Amino acid sequence: MRVMAQLAMVMNLDKCIGCHTCSVTCKQAWTNRPGVEYVWFNNVETRPGQGYPRRYEDQERWRGGWRLNRRGRLTLTAGGRLRKLLTIFSNPVMPTIDDYYEPWTYDYDTLITAPVGEDFPVARPKSLLSGKPMAIEWSANWDDDLGGAPELGHLDPMVAQVRERTSEQVLMEYEKSFMMYLPRICEHCLNPSCVASCPSGAMYKRSEDGIVLVDQDRCRGWRMCVTGCPYKKVYFNHRTGKAEKCTFCYPRVEVGLPTVCSETCVGRLRYIGLVLYDADRVTAAASVPDETDLYAAQLDLMLDPHDPEVIAGARREGISDDWIEAAQRSPIHALAKTYRVALPLHPEYRTMPMVWYVPPLSPVSEALRDTGFDGEDVDNLFGAIETLRIPVAYLASLFSAGDTTVVDGVLRRLAAMRSYMRRVTLGEELDEGIAAAVGMTGDQLVELYRLLAIAKYEDRYVIPSAYAEQGHQLEELACSLDVDGGPGMYGSGPFGEASGRPVPVSVETFHALRQRQTSSGFADPESRAAKVNLLNWDGRGTPPGMFPPAAEPSEPPGPAGGSPEASSDAPSGEEQR
Amino acid sequence: MSTLDIALWGVLPYLVAVLFVGGLIWRWRYDQFGWTTRSSQLYESALLRFGSPVFHFGILVVLVGHIIGLLVPKSWTETLGMSQETYHVQALVLGGVAGVCTLAGIVLLVYRRRTRGPVFMATTWNDKIMYLVLAAAIVAGLAVTLLGAGATGEGHDYRTTVSPWFRSLFVLRPDVEAMTHADTAFHVHVLFGLTLFAIWPFTRLVHAFSAPIGYLFRPYIVYRRRRPALSSPASRAPRPGWGADRRQRLRR
Repeated sequence: MRVMAQLAMVMNLDKCIGCHTCSVTCKQAWTNRPGVEYVWFNNVETRPGQGYPRRYEDQERWRGGWRLNRRGRLTLTAGGRLRKLLTIFSNPVMPTIDDYYEPWTYDYDTLITAPVGEDFPVARPKSLLSGKPMAIEWSANWDDDLGGAPELGHLDPMVAQVRERTSEQVLMEYEKSFMMYLPRICEHCLNPSCVASCPSGAMYKRSEDGIVLVDQDRCRGWRMCVTGCPYKKVYFNHRTGKAEKCTFCYPRVEVGLPTVCSETCVGRLRYIGLVLYDADRVTAAASVPDETDLYAAQLDLMLDPHDPEVIAGARREGISDDWIEAAQRSPIHALAKTYRVALPLHPEYRTMPMVWYVPPLSPVSEALRDTGFDGEDVDNLFGAIETLRIPVAYLASLFSAGDTTVVDGVLRRLAAMRSYMRRVTLGEELDEGIAAAVGMTGDQLVELYRLLAIAKYEDRYVIPSAYAEQGHQLEELACSLDVDGGPGMYGSGPFGEASGRPVPVSVETFHALRQRQTSSGFADPESRAAKVNLLNWDGRGTPPGMFPPAAEPSEPPGPAGGSPEASSDAPSGEEQR
Repeated sequence: MSTLDIALWGVLPYLVAVLFVGGLIWRWRYDQFGWTTRSSQLYESALLRFGSPVFHFGILVVLVGHIIGLLVPKSWTETLGMSQETYHVQALVLGGVAGVCTLAGIVLLVYRRRTRGPVFMATTWNDKIMYLVLAAAIVAGLAVTLLGAGATGEGHDYRTTVSPWFRSLFVLRPDVEAMTHADTAFHVHVLFGLTLFAIWPFTRLVHAFSAPIGYLFRPYIVYRRRRPALSSPASRAPRPGWGADRRQRLRR
């Protein structure tokens, strides 16, 4: 037994209202740069729907994840090492930009520069890739809220699967359709096929917390990780030629803060916590022959953090006591393993994903309510779960490799919790029979209710911070002004976008301060390195470059002011050493 | 043997070598982040799918051809009983096919680059100059393949002129005399080749030096520690920020 710790997430889909706040804040934090305009580390899909990139779940086409070969051994679906190297010059199964969407901006300039005329000027959309006017035809959530579902719904690969399995049509007419939202981030898998696909060895799993990252300095842009990930959550930055992916907001979780997507979730539906697992058994668990056994195998990998043997094993591997304690209080372990209400997304890809989902009961209870029955009554709910085969089969195609008994069990536990708690709220006589019907006790249902419905901040996020003595190393993560053309961008080297090394913030600040303190004038606005740094601007005067130039030329700078000497002192990459 | 000959075939190769090796070392240390293929497959896949493999596999065979032609002395193949004619036929067939593939590949790739909007937008001046030199070297190379094999009358045996000169460079006694006897076409090809090597470290061509052979031998899943163990006395004080342990070793 080799105990390892993994940061994992649970999302309670019943609470997701599809507001896309997580996507927007994530984009602002991580992918608001040129080259990743089309990239959403976090995206929210309406299901049934094609997802983003379109039809990413169709592994017959995209060949992501793992499969068992004829000898029953785990191999990459897209082919092994030799095949990867032979197809390295042109990856045959890489999605192109059209499978995501062509990013665009609007021609805002026309709005203010158009000559006076009869018509109002309009800002036409233009492509961010070619700069040419374009027609917007798709985006990351074009089929939001079942938009276009009657025409496009059949393109959802899971709809096709459900149709095959149950020989029933998933009803797409608006009034008969059911709908749910599926927020997705990188799964930070225990058996990541993207890492296995990387020819350069630039992708890695952090041994401390299991976060899967791309080493930007070692990535050589071979693009195999994009194919390898069955969730299509590794993206190619077309400006820098490097792979980028969800980082689980490691600079935040290292200091004990939840990820941006979790922190800003208005539905408070995300949970973050530690999971202890047995690293030695991962390959065996991912290699079980029957796809429907994968969920059980994955649960089996998760170790009980209260077991003395596990604790001893964790200490042997150098996992500290506060991490073990965090694992014991982990909401992920509670929801996934103890109460078994959280399920992995597509366990059949054999990557052992570590973002778990509490499947939504709402499609079932809403359908029940629409028929006039009491949507909170446990017998009605149980009956409905049995009768409403389409939503259940669809959920099973997402979360349990098509095994409806797993989803059925989870929905029953959620239904039992609702009915039981209604009696508590209404002050009625408690019915232990409800709990017993799903193999739980009343206390457990109340505990589950506290976790899912009350969901206090400190219960949702149990994140042990990185060690205090390492805290100083967490500084200088990057300059937030390092955008194209931004004041922090003078780190750009001679080989295009962002080559060379980033200039640490402290170096930048040091030079800005020294320059200001040793010159009587203000910064030369032409020198990028001497741009006004608002962080340490003390309010003396209005430095040039801060506001657009006035109509008449201002005073020429003094002999010592804004001297080229000072600007030639601009921090270069070399000084960082 | 004029001064120009000495400058071109006795001095220039060494300047290029310094630029090539020194440039590569410098860029490897300075610019790990810029060291990439800068693939444009995301923008366009249909043309790349044919153009790129044809070009790359072609140029790999061309590389093997150069190694055989330049490094294996004529006397060795003669000892093996290979006549001048046989050698030329195999050189023409192998080199011709590979050269034509490479040329067809680069023509397709340049065409794609020019006509596909996003790909053209992503093309830098650096790329354009590199393509020009690369294409010129390939065209000149294809021309001397035909000349060398005697496709136009009397064949020129470069294995008595260019090859001895090339080998003599490595023992630091450049045989300028031998090189002066080569055809002008060979001179042109060699000069384009030297230019290519001179600009190599400063273009995207550097990705050739990170061919991921190690992938064949490493375990599939890579684990890495967040920080070097603090208790380990051997570890240097870690750099702040995103300087992971691995990066330090690469840089220092």
